Amino acid sequence: MNTEKLRVKVWRSGAKGLVTYDVPRHESQTVLDVVTFIQRQMQPDLAYRFACRVGMCGSCAMNVNGKARWTCRTHVSKVAINNELEVAPLSNLPVIKDLVTDMSAFFEKWSRAKGQFSGSRTRHEDFAKVSPESAQRKAADAGIECIGCGVCYSSCDVVTWRPDYLGPAALNRAWTLVNDERDMQRIERLRAVAGDAGCHSCHTQATCTERCPKHLSPTAGIAGLKRMTMKAALEGDL
Amino acid sequence: MQSMSLATQARLWYWQRMSATVLALCVFVHLGIIIYAVHSGLSASAILGRTHGNLLFGAFYTVFVIACAVHVPIGLLRVAQEWLHWRGRSAVSASFAISAGLTLMGLRAVYGVVL
Repeated sequence: MNTEKLRVKVWRSGAKGLVTYDVPRHESQTVLDVVTFIQRQMQPDLAYRFACRVGMCGSCAMNVNGKARWTCRTHVSKVAINNELEVAPLSNLPVIKDLVTDMSAFFEKWSRAKGQFSGSRTRHEDFAKVSPESAQRKAADAGIECIGCGVCYSSCDVVTWRPDYLGPAALNRAWTLVNDERDMQRIERLRAVAGDAGCHSCHTQATCTERCPKHLSPTAGIAGLKRMTMKAALEGDL
Repeated sequence: MQSMSLATQARLWYWQRMSATVLALCVFVHLGIIIYAVHSGLSASAILGRTHGNLLFGAFYTVFVIACAVHVPIGLLRVAQEWLHWRGRSAVSASFAISAGLTLMGLRAVYGVVL
């Protein structure tokens, strides 16, 4: 029988701090497995959020040993230091309880950045034919796999400094849409993402890109938005 | 920078970027000049002997000063916003003042060394 233990410090709202739990260590154990074990076996009122457990839904992101990560795809063996883990809620978002944050502001910013696709065709028309080889489509494809986990938003210092900043995920979403040749709201979107609460606030520190679990580069998208808004300003569209 | 239009903010970003490119080149040349200058004495007369009347030297440092005067205030405006939460017209005016100060002091120095 495996007697190895993992010492896990979990942020609890009630205690207003970290509470330590000893969890049995298993092979191929993920951080989400650890949190689930604590809730099911030791602390039934521990609040945390997850759904798919396979890295698709983006709901289980937490700060693990000080860095935001998707916990369902983060192996304990990769992040534990001396068999110790520290699990806390995401940064830059208000905590509802324990490990659960209120992500309303995060998603409202997607909306503010005009993150909705706005096409011109109806269901009665033929499909738009978009070449996957076009430079625009390639740029959109590079950022399209975002799962909205909030890891980038939690890791962004600019969001910490100025809470009205749209953040990497919303800007990445806008970047994929301004490169979508079917979309009709390009200029409105560029207006929405320009300025000091938008792409021009990015310091290009690239922590978002470093931490993105899907290996996307919001930094590259934001740099693209800066160039695109500049061009729009020169053409008098901004 | 809420007092500025989106187009102005986009242009400021552009100018900061362009001035950064100029500064990157200038710093390299400047380092080269320093290494060259210290080879034969660092006395004021030795340096002035080399720089007086050198219009190329004057043109280079004029560009350097102007690039600084463009680049620095835009960055300071950002620092004022994020660190001090100082925004609006007063922050913009202060940045302009610093830019003017840098231009005046820098060009005066170039004038003093070259002419």
